[in-house]
Amino acid sequence: MDSYIDIKVRVWRQAGPKAQGHFETYELKHIFQGASFLEMMDILNEQLIAEHKDPIAFDHDCREGICGMCSMYVNGHPHGPDSAITTCQLHMRKFHDGETITVEPWRSRAFPVIKDLMVDRQAYDKIMQAGGFVSVNTGGVPDANAIPIPKPVADEAMDAASCIGCGACAAACKNGSAMLFVAAKVSQLNLLPQGKAEKHQRAKAMLQKMDELGFGNCTNTGACAAECPKQVSLTHIARLNRDFIGAKFCD
Amino acid sequence: MWLKDSSIGRKFVMSITGAFLVLFLLFHGSMNLCLVIDDLFGTTAYNWICAMLGANWYAVIGSLVIALAVVVHFMYAIVLTIQNRRARGNDRYAVEARQEGVDWASQNMLVLGIIVIGFLVLHLYNFWFKMQFAELTGIETSAFDPQDGSALVKALFTDGWCGIVYCLLYIVWLCALWFHLSHGVWSAMQTMGLSNTKWLSRIKVIGTVVATVAVGLFMIVVIYFLGYNIGQMLH
Repeated sequence: MDSYIDIKVRVWRQAGPKAQGHFETYELKHIFQGASFLEMMDILNEQLIAEHKDPIAFDHDCREGICGMCSMYVNGHPHGPDSAITTCQLHMRKFHDGETITVEPWRSRAFPVIKDLMVDRQAYDKIMQAGGFVSVNTGGVPDANAIPIPKPVADEAMDAASCIGCGACAAACKNGSAMLFVAAKVSQLNLLPQGKAEKHQRAKAMLQKMDELGFGNCTNTGACAAECPKQVSLTHIARLNRDFIGAKFCD
Repeated sequence: MWLKDSSIGRKFVMSITGAFLVLFLLFHGSMNLCLVIDDLFGTTAYNWICAMLGANWYAVIGSLVIALAVVVHFMYAIVLTIQNRRARGNDRYAVEARQEGVDWASQNMLVLGIIVIGFLVLHLYNFWFKMQFAELTGIETSAFDPQDGSALVKALFTDGWCGIVYCLLYIVWLCALWFHLSHGVWSAMQTMGLSNTKWLSRIKVIGTVVATVAVGLFMIVVIYFLGYNIGQMLH
């Protein structure tokens, strides 16, 4: 049964991108365990505002696990200790009375802190712009079912497409690599006939952009897949490797 | 050049050189097994291999290729680690929890690699310097005939307390090597793209089997001489 708990929240506070950050600990009393983690953060912010203090800046949007906006490193895990969920789907019943919860921003060179727990994740958008699309001519839209796609292939492409680009993979990676994200975004298109036509070009362009933006080299530790809120599999990384190496041998 | 300038290219070089070195280990391990067979049955297979390889041109070229693979693998490892640390940024997490399914070895490959290479220097001094090097240069580096590898190995590992220390050092070395390979083999296959939903778990099993076989071949010889030595000391 959910009950009420008293907790301490140790939060990373950083005034701006260039400012020196530090941890600040806040006490919260009487938090309902049925509350979501972000609701707890809202309660904390209201408390801070009532005390005339600067509220904690954090990213959030849909609060139903599909937008990829929330991004906190809670007790050593991106999106908290629960598996296969985003921070907004994390609930206070995962924590116990008297616990000190440490909340940090994503830490990766390619994701600089903007303020407090907010980081700049435009690097992922830039990777998408480099090749995460299918080039089509203007004109009438063909019927989607005109191209037969085997169910297992469609399923795998859909699994890859479930990536919401939240950045947990790069945040969890000891090498600061964005391979799982890039692999998912390459796979969701390269698996399907419409995207296959440009698969070599896409793999090269998106990987080149990833390297250029300062992400690290993948060493297959698997931390990304273990922490991914959408459980994107490491096998997509193998496909990206295959498509990229294939593209280079075709050059 | 993509093998140097792209992240997958650099990882591809790591996987190719690594896979090549694993093949070499499997050959070297099989060859070493002859030492035990010779000792048990009075054959001379190991020395026959020593004579066959020795300082012949093909063995020298082979050694150079292996040395090149080690150097490339090591240099790339250093570069990759520096780049990855930089990509991680200067700010570290205050709390870092372990993820389920993430092998300890996979996060400590450089450290394990350095241990392996450190012992390799000792190993080269113990054997290569007294065998191929001695034969090539004609310099007498030990009391043994460079082609009598069998006697050289046995003398080192069964030399009383000193032999026990050497055996233990080699066991530590082999353990580090096993951990390195337990991640390295499947990781190399994954990097080459040889994985999918069906094969991911299979290549992990293949990796463990290859690591265990490769290290096991060496381990049998060390354990055999350790037992032999202790047996002799107790008499």
